[in-house]
Amino acid sequence: MTPPPVNAGMLARDGLRFTLHALDAARARTALMGLAMAIGVAAVIVLTALGEGARQYVLGEFSSLGSSVLTIMPGRSETTGGAPPMLGATPRDLTLDDALSLRHSALIASVAPLVVGDAEVSAGARSRDVMVLGSTAELKSVRHLELARGSFLPAGDPFAGPAVCVIGETLKTELFGTGAAIGELVRIGDRRFRVIGVLATKGQSLGANIDDVAIIPVAAAQALFNTQALFRVLVEVRGRESIPAAKRAIETLITARHEGENDITIISLDAMLSTFDRIFTALTLTVAGIAAISLAVAGILIMNVMLIAISQRTQEIGLLKALGASPRLITRLFLGEAALLSLFGAAAGVAVAYAGLFGLRRLFPSFPLSAPAWAIAAGVGVAVVTGILFGWLPARRAARLDPVQALSRR
Amino acid sequence: MNDAPVIQLDGVSRCFVLGDEEVRALDDVSLSVKRGEYIAVMGPSGSGKSTLLNILGLLDQPSAGHYLLDGTDTTQLSDARQAEVRHRKIGFVFQFFHLIARLTAFENVELPLVLAGVAVDERRQRVQRALDELGLSDRAQHRPDQLSGGQRQRVAIARAAIMDPEVLLADEPTGNLDSASGADVIAILEALNARGITLIVVTHDPDLGSRARRMVRFMDGHVLSDATAST
Repeated sequence: MTPPPVNAGMLARDGLRFTLHALDAARARTALMGLAMAIGVAAVIVLTALGEGARQYVLGEFSSLGSSVLTIMPGRSETTGGAPPMLGATPRDLTLDDALSLRHSALIASVAPLVVGDAEVSAGARSRDVMVLGSTAELKSVRHLELARGSFLPAGDPFAGPAVCVIGETLKTELFGTGAAIGELVRIGDRRFRVIGVLATKGQSLGANIDDVAIIPVAAAQALFNTQALFRVLVEVRGRESIPAAKRAIETLITARHEGENDITIISLDAMLSTFDRIFTALTLTVAGIAAISLAVAGILIMNVMLIAISQRTQEIGLLKALGASPRLITRLFLGEAALLSLFGAAAGVAVAYAGLFGLRRLFPSFPLSAPAWAIAAGVGVAVVTGILFGWLPARRAARLDPVQALSRR
Repeated sequence: MNDAPVIQLDGVSRCFVLGDEEVRALDDVSLSVKRGEYIAVMGPSGSGKSTLLNILGLLDQPSAGHYLLDGTDTTQLSDARQAEVRHRKIGFVFQFFHLIARLTAFENVELPLVLAGVAVDERRQRVQRALDELGLSDRAQHRPDQLSGGQRQRVAIARAAIMDPEVLLADEPTGNLDSASGADVIAILEALNARGITLIVVTHDPDLGSRARRMVRFMDGHVLSDATAST
């Protein structure tokens, strides 16, 4: 006869088999609990993916607007100590010459000087007050403008400024109705311009309604508004990574032209982008957190159903005790069951989430949708932890069952 | 085999509180059982014989007194230690079999070995041998609901004996069986006793009780008589 074996404890593999068996024996219960967990996990993953998608979508939109575009403004916004300068604090104007000098830098792809003013635009009896932008042909590429009809400002000597203009869609409709605008003459202020192009509808773009503007050559705008000063200079840098170098190059060039005075401010979209990035990340986390509440609900459901399972399996628990299963082993078995259930549910949830995301991608192909790895890990992790946490109470109740009463039930 | 008693009860009482009434299911019971004995515990229902069996099997604890199993005072042990003692030294046979419905006969018999963490190969050998001995080899892969009552009880006995316990406790083992299968079951239990396992059978069937060499009668929580047949 072999000596009685020492109670070394159940082998992990046997525990797993026993638990799987128990889950298999109560399929409806297993399926329902798994479903609850699956919904929770799928919600976390899909909502996180949506938040991530929104973040990437917005960042993408801004990047297409030109995250490699720098805006140069006259004047320097900074706080310095010391006495105010003797000869007035008004900054030196940015001139067209300043802008054109930037073309010499190898880091800069294109330069669009900008003069902005309000003027009345009229054609025949109709007139409308709109924003008038004075610039060059390069504005089109820097601001990613598209034309519905005709052509943009011609390239050529920026100082010449032929009397042509490009108008926005709204302005075109206001002045010409449904008729053709190309080739017509309009009056802007006290000058006459020939319409050579109509902009494609783009709507609001970084604070300006691009549908309701007239764009004329920069020299014409300077004459119209009687100024030599530029409102802004837009610079497109060759590649995002050379932005810092380009900034330094611009400062050096302008400082040299402004008698050693660094009196410009350069802002990039990067700063704005990182702000949006932070906002959307916070939003995604919030949404994921709300979705995680459904996991807690699923956890409570698991607790409930485990309690029912234990009352249904009272006799089995009594038997396990009679066969010498320690309270700890019984706790482990039932905890394992809750954990395994959550794991099944979580796996199903991941599958459901992927199916859902696949469907959404088919519906909205332009919207970037993909579940970040951390969201999947977090969803599954939270599900299993919830299962174990809420499985604890039922498991302990099972371990504490009085075997005599458990066995006397039939 | 040594002569020290395998079971020693000293002044064991067990009280239950039902409402505001105290019921003494066992009242100052002392009993000594030698290794390898065959005892029938008899008495009407409510006489305390089931409570005695639960205490002997460490499923229940006495309210007062001491219970020494194999020389160890079990009343001092923790839950976990009691589970271990139950695991290694005690086998149960119940009136209602208490087989796990979702497991096959083989798996039911295997369960104590599984709980002990015995290796798969050894388990398979031992279970197979036990099933062979009880003529259940061809039923190994059947679930309890595919077995007759007598077969179920034989599976339960195989499970109780698989750990080679010191003591086999049987609570009305034939109570749910027809007389033919009942006789089978008793024969198997007696065969195990012949191998040296201490057998304690609780029953109210006088025919069954009279087969035991020693008969302990219970009434109202007291030992009414304790007679050893002369052989």
